[in-house]
Amino acid sequence: MSAADINFDGLTLAERILSARVGKRVNANDLVVVDIDQVMVVDSIAPSVIRIVEDELGGEIKHPSRVSVVIDHVAPASNVEVATTQKHLREYSKAHGLRLFDVGRGICHQVLIEERLAHPGWIVLGSDSHSTTYGAVCAFGTGMGATDIALATASGKTWLRVPETVRVRLTGTRPPGVTAKDVALTIISELTADGATYMSIEYQLEHDDWSLSERMTLANLAVEAGAKVGLVPPNEAIRKAYDVPEWLEVDTTATYTHDITINLSELSPVLAAPYFVDNVHPIQTYAGTPVDVVFVGTCTNGRLDDLHIVADILRGQHVAEDTRLLVIPASSKVLEDAVADGTFGTLLAAGATFSTPGCGPCMGRHMGVLAPGEVCVSTSNRNFIGRMGSPEAKIFLASPATAAASALHGHISLAEEVAA
Amino acid sequence: MSVPITSNNVSSNNVPSNRVRVWRFGDSVNTDDMLPGKYAPFMVGEDKFHTYAFAHLRPEFAKTVQPGDVLVGGRNWGLGSSREYAPQALKTLGVGAIIAKSFARIHYRNLLNLGVPAFTSAELPDVLTDGEQISFDITTGELLRADGSKHQLPPPPAFLQEALQEGSILKYYQKYKRFPGEAAE
Ligand code: SF4
Repeated sequence: MSAADINFDGLTLAERILSARVGKRVNANDLVVVDIDQVMVVDSIAPSVIRIVEDELGGEIKHPSRVSVVIDHVAPASNVEVATTQKHLREYSKAHGLRLFDVGRGICHQVLIEERLAHPGWIVLGSDSHSTTYGAVCAFGTGMGATDIALATASGKTWLRVPETVRVRLTGTRPPGVTAKDVALTIISELTADGATYMSIEYQLEHDDWSLSERMTLANLAVEAGAKVGLVPPNEAIRKAYDVPEWLEVDTTATYTHDITINLSELSPVLAAPYFVDNVHPIQTYAGTPVDVVFVGTCTNGRLDDLHIVADILRGQHVAEDTRLLVIPASSKVLEDAVADGTFGTLLAAGATFSTPGCGPCMGRHMGVLAPGEVCVSTSNRNFIGRMGSPEAKIFLASPATAAASALHGHISLAEEVAA
Repeated sequence: MSVPITSNNVSSNNVPSNRVRVWRFGDSVNTDDMLPGKYAPFMVGEDKFHTYAFAHLRPEFAKTVQPGDVLVGGRNWGLGSSREYAPQALKTLGVGAIIAKSFARIHYRNLLNLGVPAFTSAELPDVLTDGEQISFDITTGELLRADGSKHQLPPPPAFLQEALQEGSILKYYQKYKRFPGEAAE
């Protein structure tokens, strides 16, 4: 049966994508085996995946052209062991015809979107939990463990339970200073950290002027509510940029497990305080807390528009004396664009320091890990104990605007345009 | 590979014949509880890591657990890192099944890929007590307590039953070069 013969009425976006793929109508909780359009493997998980593929699955790779390997989590390598693993990974990728994105190209999710390796209606698996990011273009993007990824690499397929769906309705328009990150954190505080476990989050935006970058921030954080996927329905801009299948649209008569509605015009900037992403508070609750490090980057908020927000706040000023500002562009493309349009210079002049595009200290392996007692305001997505280094450090997750204002003042601050 | 509990272990007069022990845990048991990171296989050896299962939370567990024993947890069983050696340790120790109010997603997949049957029940985790003897049929989901009371859990879908007969989804794929429920090429 082709997609044209399927009755999609009353199905959620997740059900539609999986129905189209298996060629018949499927509903939440059905089990399906599906072909995969793209498998993404990162440097730190790749060795286990290769071991399972080689030792347990006969070394077969079904569609090498559908496998992307990204060296981003520890890039460049931090020690001889890591360097050796990465050397092997390069050789393996070359020998098997896998697409390799080497040190400096950027963070896996950012790179896959830039390289157009995720399309509306596709199924994309990643060895990294934030693979929900591909929902930004309405691809069924989800993270899995090493055995799943190895099976997917070997067979070109995976098994999935069709997820139930939580509908998140965003009404009204955002006040100035309320960024996609503030909205995403507010959603997590409403849903809680396991409020959408196994489920698809379907975002329904009343005024959809959200950019691709903002959609990525939203979908990226879906996993912090436990979700399997976070699907943002295509808007005009996405329809222009990609071929969107006609069945890929919201059906408001679909069955949603639950529903939340957030009126954006009532929101204000928020942060997630240690040690949980759903520990969300207004900035004012922690205003004045001294900050040692401000980290701007990651797959959540390391894109050009994020750097623009930071540069606009810091332009002509300087980071506070006792505070370090570390900026890591999400990709080489972001870095190139930031150099070309002057953002890079503005940030350097304001006292920022830069590192190689990649994950940086986001998961505490290298490039700016935190010391005991240090406080960090980060634009990333996890603030668990020890995530960025010492278990005695504290991480506050916030928007690029809050990060910039906090760097400027040396303590947690609301950006001026909002405070005024 | 055989599954530790067979479908014939409930005799007709309601007396559990093939009894296994219940190990009861609370909410949010994470993969660090299951196997602390410092006991990862590459740290302590592929042949020993499972002897550290629940080393901090329940130090007696790995020494006394018997093949077929059932672990019972509350909400969000298996949250935390996607490390596969945590469920692998339970598998190696012969854990027969896990019953929890809910499972963290990636961990749930890991359990099934490795072949540890996972059952969801909203009420049963509050009813079962630590150390009690039960009989549990993993193919039908029928659970019998020593007092003769019977509980029915939703049985695993046919897809998973097929896989569990081979030991796990990975083993199934190794044998048939396809996933359970998928038509042969
Ligand atoms: S930037 Fe952080 S969250 Fe994103 S993929 Fe890298 S380590 Fe994971």
